[in-house]
Amino acid sequence: MHELSIALALVDEVEQISARERARNVCGISVSLGELCGVEREALEFCFPLAAEGTCVERAKLIINEVKTEVLCAECGRRSNPEMPCMICAGCGSSNVEITGGCDFIISSVELEQDE
Amino acid sequence: MNDLHAKDNIVTRSVKVETSVLRRNDQAALANRQLLTERGIVALNLISSPGSGKTTLLEVTLVRMRERGKRCAVIVGDQQTDLDAQRLYGKGAPVRQIETVSSCHLDAQRVGDVLPEVIDDQTELLFIENVGNLICPAAFNLGEDFKVVLLSVTEGEDKPIKYPVVFSRAKVVLITKCDLIPHIEFDRDKCLRYLRQVNPGAVIFELSAKTGTGFEQWIGYLAELGRQDER
Ligand SMILES: Nc1nc2c(ncn2[C@@H]2O[C@H](COP(=O)(O)OP(=O)(O)OP(=O)(O)O)[C@@H](O)[C@H]2O)c(=O)[nH]1
Ligand SMILES: [Mg+2]
Ligand SMILES: [Zn+2]
Repeated sequence: MHELSIALALVDEVEQISARERARNVCGISVSLGELCGVEREALEFCFPLAAEGTCVERAKLIINEVKTEVLCAECGRRSNPEMPCMICAGCGSSNVEITGGCDFIISSVELEQDE
Repeated sequence: MNDLHAKDNIVTRSVKVETSVLRRNDQAALANRQLLTERGIVALNLISSPGSGKTTLLEVTLVRMRERGKRCAVIVGDQQTDLDAQRLYGKGAPVRQIETVSSCHLDAQRVGDVLPEVIDDQTELLFIENVGNLICPAAFNLGEDFKVVLLSVTEGEDKPIKYPVVFSRAKVVLITKCDLIPHIEFDRDKCLRYLRQVNPGAVIFELSAKTGTGFEQWIGYLAELGRQDER
Protein backbone atom coordinates (compact mmCIF):
# COMPACT_ATOMS: atom_id res chain seq x y z
CA MET A 1 0.00 0.00 0.00
CA HIS A 2 1.60 3.21 -1.17
CA GLU A 3 -0.16 5.35 1.43
CA LEU A 4 2.34 4.02 3.96
CA SER A 5 5.30 5.24 1.93
CA ILE A 6 3.49 8.54 1.43
CA ALA A 7 2.73 8.80 5.16
CA LEU A 8 6.42 8.14 5.84
CA ALA A 9 7.35 10.91 3.41
CA LEU A 10 4.90 13.22 5.19
CA VAL A 11 6.37 12.44 8.63
CA ASP A 12 9.87 12.88 7.25
CA GLU A 13 9.07 16.32 5.81
CA VAL A 14 7.40 17.44 9.05
CA GLU A 15 10.31 16.17 11.16
CA GLN A 16 12.63 18.31 9.04
CA ILE A 17 10.44 21.35 9.49
CA SER A 18 10.26 20.72 13.23
CA ALA A 19 14.05 20.45 13.49
CA ARG A 20 14.57 23.56 11.38
CA GLU A 21 12.17 25.51 13.62
CA ARG A 22 13.82 24.09 16.75
CA ALA A 23 10.50 22.77 17.99
CA ARG A 24 10.16 20.23 20.75
CA ASN A 25 7.12 18.51 19.36
CA VAL A 26 4.61 18.67 16.58
CA CYS A 27 1.01 18.79 17.76
CA GLY A 28 -0.81 19.38 14.50
CA ILE A 29 -0.38 19.02 10.74
CA SER A 30 -2.71 20.47 8.10
CA VAL A 31 -2.52 18.98 4.64
CA SER A 32 -4.34 19.72 1.39
CA LEU A 33 -5.26 16.49 -0.35
CA GLY A 34 -6.13 16.87 -4.02
CA GLU A 35 -8.90 14.69 -5.36
CA LEU A 36 -6.65 13.61 -8.24
CA CYS A 37 -3.37 13.21 -6.35
CA GLY A 38 -3.69 9.46 -6.09
CA VAL A 39 -3.79 9.23 -2.30
CA GLU A 40 -6.86 7.89 -0.50
CA ARG A 41 -7.98 9.79 2.57
CA GLU A 42 -8.97 6.71 4.58
CA ALA A 43 -5.76 4.87 3.79
CA LEU A 44 -3.72 7.93 4.74
CA GLU A 45 -5.57 8.28 8.05
CA PHE A 46 -4.87 4.63 8.71
CA CYS A 47 -1.18 4.81 7.81
CA PHE A 48 -0.28 8.12 9.44
CA PRO A 49 -0.14 6.84 13.05
CA LEU A 50 2.01 3.90 11.92
CA ALA A 51 4.45 6.22 10.17
CA ALA A 52 4.50 8.72 13.03
CA GLU A 53 5.16 6.21 15.79
CA GLY A 54 8.31 6.98 17.77
CA THR A 55 8.89 10.37 16.14
CA CYS A 56 8.28 13.93 17.29
CA VAL A 57 5.16 13.82 15.12
CA GLU A 58 3.68 10.94 17.09
CA ARG A 59 1.08 12.96 18.96
CA ALA A 60 0.24 15.32 16.13
CA LYS A 61 -3.33 15.64 14.98
CA LEU A 62 -3.60 15.25 11.22
CA ILE A 63 -6.10 17.60 9.61
CA ILE A 64 -6.92 16.68 6.03
CA ASN A 65 -8.47 19.35 3.82
CA GLU A 66 -9.80 17.83 0.64
CA VAL A 67 -9.22 19.85 -2.52
CA LYS A 68 -11.66 19.31 -5.37
CA THR A 69 -10.63 18.83 -8.96
CA GLU A 70 -10.55 22.14 -10.81
CA VAL A 71 -10.86 22.54 -14.55
CA LEU A 72 -10.44 25.50 -16.85
CA CYS A 73 -12.96 25.58 -19.68
CA ALA A 74 -11.70 26.41 -23.17
CA GLU A 75 -15.23 27.29 -24.33
CA CYS A 76 -16.43 29.73 -21.67
CA GLY A 77 -13.18 30.46 -19.85
CA ARG A 78 -14.58 29.65 -16.43
CA ARG A 79 -12.87 27.66 -13.71
CA SER A 80 -15.08 25.13 -11.98
CA ASN A 81 -15.11 21.98 -9.88
CA PRO A 82 -16.49 19.08 -11.88
CA GLU A 83 -18.37 16.28 -10.18
CA MET A 84 -16.02 13.31 -10.55
CA PRO A 85 -15.80 11.18 -12.58
CA CYS A 86 -17.34 13.54 -15.16
CA MET A 87 -14.66 15.92 -16.32
CA ILE A 88 -16.90 18.66 -17.70
CA CYS A 89 -17.24 22.39 -17.11
CA ALA A 90 -19.80 23.06 -14.38
CA GLY A 91 -20.58 26.38 -16.08
CA CYS A 92 -21.45 25.36 -19.63
CA GLY A 93 -21.16 21.58 -19.70
CA SER A 94 -18.34 21.56 -22.24
CA SER A 95 -15.83 18.73 -22.10
CA ASN A 96 -13.18 20.95 -23.66
CA VAL A 97 -11.48 21.43 -20.32
CA GLU A 98 -8.00 21.36 -18.86
CA ILE A 99 -7.27 20.12 -15.33
CA THR A 100 -5.89 23.05 -13.33
CA GLY A 101 -6.20 21.82 -9.75
CA GLY A 102 -6.65 18.86 -7.47
CA CYS A 103 -3.47 17.01 -8.41
CA ASP A 104 -1.35 18.05 -5.43
CA PHE A 105 -0.80 16.79 -1.92
CA ILE A 106 0.62 19.63 0.13
CA ILE A 107 1.58 20.32 3.74
CA SER A 108 -0.17 23.65 4.42
CA SER A 109 0.89 24.28 8.01
CA VAL A 110 2.22 22.64 11.16
CA GLU A 111 1.53 23.39 14.82
CA LEU A 112 4.72 23.30 16.82
CA GLU A 113 5.34 23.05 20.55
CA GLN A 114 8.28 25.04 21.74
CA ASP A 115 9.99 25.96 24.98
CA GLU A 116 9.37 29.51 25.88
CA MET B 1 7.55 17.00 38.42
CA ASN B 2 10.05 17.87 35.74
CA ASP B 3 7.51 17.15 33.06
CA LEU B 4 4.89 19.37 34.60
CA HIS B 5 7.33 22.14 35.01
CA ALA B 6 8.41 21.86 31.42
CA LYS B 7 4.83 21.93 30.20
CA ASP B 8 4.26 25.27 31.86
CA ASN B 9 6.88 26.83 29.64
CA ILE B 10 5.72 25.33 26.37
CA VAL B 11 4.11 27.49 23.76
CA THR B 12 2.56 26.39 20.52
CA ARG B 13 2.77 28.25 17.27
CA SER B 14 1.60 27.65 13.75
CA VAL B 15 4.03 27.65 10.82
CA LYS B 16 2.87 28.03 7.22
CA VAL B 17 4.62 25.59 4.96
CA GLU B 18 3.16 24.90 1.48
CA THR B 19 5.56 22.13 0.52
CA SER B 20 4.63 19.05 -1.45
CA VAL B 21 4.49 15.89 0.66
CA LEU B 22 6.34 14.16 -2.15
CA ARG B 23 8.94 16.93 -2.41
CA ARG B 24 11.85 14.49 -2.68
CA ASN B 25 10.13 12.53 -5.41
CA ASP B 26 9.17 15.73 -7.23
CA GLN B 27 12.76 17.00 -7.10
CA ALA B 28 14.08 13.73 -8.50
CA ALA B 29 11.37 13.82 -11.17
CA LEU B 30 12.47 17.32 -12.13
CA ALA B 31 16.09 16.17 -12.43
CA ASN B 32 14.97 13.26 -14.64
CA ARG B 33 12.90 15.65 -16.71
CA GLN B 34 15.87 17.97 -17.20
CA LEU B 35 18.15 15.15 -18.32
CA LEU B 36 15.51 13.86 -20.75
CA THR B 37 14.82 17.31 -22.17
CA GLU B 38 18.54 18.01 -22.65
CA ARG B 39 18.83 14.83 -24.68
CA GLY B 40 15.60 15.46 -26.58
CA ILE B 41 14.06 12.22 -25.31
CA VAL B 42 10.31 11.70 -24.98
CA ALA B 43 9.47 9.53 -21.96
CA LEU B 44 6.25 7.55 -21.49
CA ASN B 45 5.11 6.16 -18.14
CA LEU B 46 3.11 2.97 -18.81
CA ILE B 47 0.53 2.17 -16.14
CA SER B 48 -2.06 -0.58 -15.85
CA SER B 49 -3.44 -3.33 -13.63
CA PRO B 50 -1.26 -6.44 -13.43
CA GLY B 51 -1.40 -8.37 -16.68
CA SER B 52 -3.07 -5.80 -18.92
CA GLY B 53 -0.35 -6.30 -21.50
CA LYS B 54 2.36 -3.70 -20.85
CA THR B 55 5.30 -6.00 -21.52
CA THR B 56 3.61 -7.63 -24.51
CA LEU B 57 2.89 -4.16 -25.93
CA LEU B 58 6.55 -3.25 -25.53
CA GLU B 59 7.74 -6.51 -27.11
CA VAL B 60 5.83 -5.67 -30.29
CA THR B 61 6.45 -1.92 -30.12
CA LEU B 62 10.24 -2.24 -29.77
CA VAL B 63 10.51 -4.46 -32.85
CA ARG B 64 8.33 -2.12 -34.92
CA MET B 65 10.26 0.93 -33.78
CA ARG B 66 13.55 -0.73 -34.63
CA GLU B 67 12.23 -1.39 -38.14
CA ARG B 68 11.53 2.31 -38.44
CA GLY B 69 15.01 3.18 -37.22
CA LYS B 70 13.70 4.79 -34.03
CA ARG B 71 15.97 4.46 -31.03
CA CYS B 72 14.15 3.37 -27.90
CA ALA B 73 15.11 2.52 -24.36
CA VAL B 74 13.18 0.77 -21.59
CA ILE B 75 13.06 0.91 -17.82
CA VAL B 76 10.90 -1.81 -16.36
CA GLY B 77 9.74 -1.98 -12.77
CA ASP B 78 8.72 -5.25 -11.23
CA GLN B 79 8.15 -6.16 -7.61
CA GLN B 80 10.02 -9.41 -7.97
CA THR B 81 11.90 -11.30 -10.72
CA ASP B 82 13.37 -9.96 -13.92
CA LEU B 83 10.96 -11.90 -16.14
CA ASP B 84 9.63 -8.81 -17.91
CA ALA B 85 13.13 -7.49 -18.58
CA GLN B 86 14.14 -10.90 -19.98
CA ARG B 87 11.26 -10.73 -22.45
CA LEU B 88 12.40 -7.32 -23.65
CA TYR B 89 16.11 -8.03 -24.18
CA GLY B 90 17.33 -8.50 -27.75
CA LYS B 91 14.74 -6.25 -29.35
CA GLY B 92 17.13 -3.47 -30.26
CA ALA B 93 16.65 -1.33 -27.17
CA PRO B 94 18.65 -1.14 -23.97
CA VAL B 95 16.60 -2.41 -21.01
CA ARG B 96 17.15 -1.78 -17.30
CA GLN B 97 15.08 -3.41 -14.63
CA ILE B 98 14.18 -1.96 -11.25
CA GLU B 99 13.16 -4.48 -8.66
CA THR B 100 10.81 -2.56 -6.40
CA VAL B 101 10.43 -5.45 -3.90
CA SER B 102 7.83 -4.30 -1.38
CA SER B 103 6.91 -1.14 -3.25
CA CYS B 104 3.88 -1.14 -5.52
CA HIS B 105 5.09 1.67 -7.77
CA LEU B 106 8.22 3.19 -9.28
CA ASP B 107 9.49 6.41 -7.78
CA ALA B 108 11.55 9.11 -9.43
CA GLN B 109 14.68 8.43 -7.39
CA ARG B 110 14.84 4.79 -8.47
CA VAL B 111 14.25 5.79 -12.09
CA GLY B 112 16.93 8.49 -11.80
CA ASP B 113 19.45 5.92 -10.55
CA VAL B 114 19.25 3.86 -13.75
CA LEU B 115 18.35 6.60 -16.22
CA PRO B 116 21.93 7.56 -17.22
CA GLU B 117 22.79 3.91 -17.96
CA VAL B 118 19.82 3.24 -20.18
CA ILE B 119 19.77 6.32 -22.42
CA ASP B 120 22.43 7.65 -24.75
CA ASP B 121 22.83 10.44 -27.30
CA GLN B 122 20.75 8.59 -29.87
CA THR B 123 17.80 7.64 -27.70
CA GLU B 124 14.54 9.15 -28.96
CA LEU B 125 11.91 7.43 -26.86
CA LEU B 126 12.01 6.05 -23.34
CA PHE B 127 9.34 3.64 -22.15
CA ILE B 128 8.95 3.18 -18.41
CA GLU B 129 6.87 0.11 -17.58
CA ASN B 130 5.49 0.78 -14.11
CA VAL B 131 4.59 -1.91 -11.60
CA GLY B 132 1.24 -3.54 -12.40
CA ASN B 133 -1.15 -1.43 -10.31
CA LEU B 134 -3.86 1.03 -11.25
CA ILE B 135 -3.75 3.15 -8.10
CA CYS B 136 -0.33 3.83 -6.63
CA PRO B 137 1.72 4.78 -9.71
CA ALA B 138 -0.62 7.73 -10.33
CA ALA B 139 0.76 9.55 -7.29
CA PHE B 140 4.41 9.41 -8.36
CA ASN B 141 5.63 11.61 -11.15
CA LEU B 142 8.75 10.06 -12.64
CA GLY B 143 9.73 12.97 -14.86
CA GLU B 144 7.91 11.49 -17.85
CA ASP B 145 6.39 13.55 -20.65
CA PHE B 146 3.07 11.81 -20.12
CA LYS B 147 1.29 8.78 -18.76
CA VAL B 148 -0.07 5.98 -20.92
CA VAL B 149 -2.74 3.87 -19.24
CA LEU B 150 -3.58 0.42 -20.56
CA LEU B 151 -6.97 -1.17 -20.09
CA SER B 152 -7.42 -4.72 -21.35
CA VAL B 153 -10.88 -5.70 -22.52
CA THR B 154 -11.04 -8.56 -20.00
CA GLU B 155 -10.98 -6.06 -17.11
CA GLY B 156 -14.39 -4.71 -17.99
CA GLU B 157 -15.55 -1.44 -19.49
CA ASP B 158 -16.24 0.27 -16.15
CA LYS B 159 -12.60 0.66 -15.07
CA PRO B 160 -12.26 4.28 -16.25
CA ILE B 161 -14.96 5.48 -13.84
CA LYS B 162 -13.85 3.12 -11.06
CA TYR B 163 -10.29 4.45 -11.22
CA PRO B 164 -10.87 8.00 -12.45
CA VAL B 165 -7.64 9.38 -11.00
CA VAL B 166 -5.24 7.44 -13.19
CA PHE B 167 -7.46 7.60 -16.28
CA SER B 168 -8.01 11.34 -15.96
CA ARG B 169 -4.29 12.00 -15.74
CA ALA B 170 -3.30 9.97 -18.79
CA LYS B 171 -2.61 11.56 -22.13
CA VAL B 172 -2.96 8.26 -23.97
CA VAL B 173 -5.22 5.31 -23.17
CA LEU B 174 -4.65 1.96 -24.84
CA ILE B 175 -7.49 -0.55 -24.94
CA THR B 176 -5.58 -3.81 -25.20
CA LYS B 177 -6.33 -7.46 -26.09
CA CYS B 178 -9.07 -6.38 -28.50
CA ASP B 179 -8.75 -9.77 -30.22
CA LEU B 180 -10.59 -11.22 -27.20
CA ILE B 181 -13.71 -9.08 -27.62
CA PRO B 182 -15.65 -11.77 -29.56
CA HIS B 183 -15.10 -14.22 -26.70
CA ILE B 184 -16.21 -12.06 -23.81
CA GLU B 185 -18.80 -9.49 -22.92
CA PHE B 186 -17.19 -6.17 -23.51
CA ASP B 187 -19.28 -3.13 -24.30
CA ARG B 188 -16.89 -1.10 -26.43
CA ASP B 189 -19.17 1.92 -26.78
CA LYS B 190 -19.73 2.09 -23.06
CA CYS B 191 -15.99 1.84 -22.41
CA LEU B 192 -15.27 4.69 -24.82
CA ARG B 193 -18.08 6.76 -23.29
CA TYR B 194 -16.68 6.27 -19.78
CA LEU B 195 -13.21 7.14 -20.98
CA ARG B 196 -14.48 10.33 -22.62
CA GLN B 197 -16.25 11.17 -19.36
CA VAL B 198 -13.18 11.03 -17.14
CA ASN B 199 -10.78 12.23 -19.80
CA PRO B 200 -12.39 14.04 -22.72
CA GLY B 201 -9.04 14.79 -24.37
CA ALA B 202 -7.41 11.38 -24.11
CA VAL B 203 -5.79 9.93 -27.23
CA ILE B 204 -7.23 6.43 -27.51
CA PHE B 205 -5.87 3.44 -29.42
CA GLU B 206 -7.57 0.06 -29.63
CA LEU B 207 -4.93 -2.63 -29.92
CA SER B 208 -4.25 -6.31 -30.13
CA ALA B 209 -0.69 -7.44 -29.69
CA LYS B 210 -1.74 -10.88 -30.92
CA THR B 211 -3.19 -9.83 -34.28
CA GLY B 212 -1.42 -6.48 -34.67
CA THR B 213 -4.70 -4.56 -34.85
CA GLY B 214 -4.23 -0.86 -34.22
CA PHE B 215 -0.44 -0.98 -34.16
CA GLU B 216 -0.09 0.94 -37.42
CA GLN B 217 -1.73 3.93 -35.72
CA TRP B 218 0.06 3.47 -32.38
CA ILE B 219 3.50 3.16 -33.97
CA GLY B 220 2.73 6.11 -36.23
CA TYR B 221 1.81 8.16 -33.19
CA LEU B 222 5.05 7.24 -31.40
CA ALA B 223 7.17 8.01 -34.46
CA GLU B 224 5.57 11.47 -34.65
CA LEU B 225 6.46 12.15 -31.01
CA GLY B 226 10.14 11.79 -31.72
CA ARG B 227 9.89 13.94 -34.83
CA GLN B 228 8.02 16.77 -33.14
CA ASP B 229 10.86 17.04 -30.70
CA GLU B 230 13.44 17.46 -33.47
CA ARG B 231 11.65 20.50 -34.87
N1 LIG C 1 -5.15 -12.41 -26.39
C1 LIG C 1 -4.24 -11.49 -26.06
N2 LIG C 1 -3.47 -11.69 -24.98
C2 LIG C 1 -2.56 -10.74 -24.65
C3 LIG C 1 -2.42 -9.55 -25.42
N3 LIG C 1 -1.46 -8.80 -24.83
C4 LIG C 1 -1.02 -9.50 -23.77
N4 LIG C 1 -1.68 -10.67 -23.65
C5 LIG C 1 -1.48 -11.70 -22.63
O1 LIG C 1 -1.77 -11.17 -21.35
C6 LIG C 1 -0.89 -11.73 -20.38
C7 LIG C 1 -0.22 -10.62 -19.59
O2 LIG C 1 0.56 -9.84 -20.47
P1 LIG C 1 1.82 -8.99 -19.99
O3 LIG C 1 2.33 -8.28 -21.20
O4 LIG C 1 2.77 -9.83 -19.23
O5 LIG C 1 1.12 -7.96 -19.02
P2 LIG C 1 1.81 -6.84 -18.06
O6 LIG C 1 0.89 -5.70 -18.02
O7 LIG C 1 3.19 -6.58 -18.51
O8 LIG C 1 1.83 -7.62 -16.67
P3 LIG C 1 2.59 -7.16 -15.30
O9 LIG C 1 3.92 -6.59 -15.69
O10 LIG C 1 2.70 -8.43 -14.52
O11 LIG C 1 1.69 -6.16 -14.66
C8 LIG C 1 0.09 -12.60 -21.14
O12 LIG C 1 -0.33 -13.94 -21.03
C9 LIG C 1 -0.03 -12.11 -22.56
O13 LIG C 1 0.26 -13.10 -23.50
C10 LIG C 1 -3.26 -9.37 -26.55
O14 LIG C 1 -3.22 -8.37 -27.27
N5 LIG C 1 -4.16 -10.37 -26.82
MG1 LIG D 1 4.96 -6.59 -17.39
ZN1 LIG E 1 -17.47 26.16 -19.80
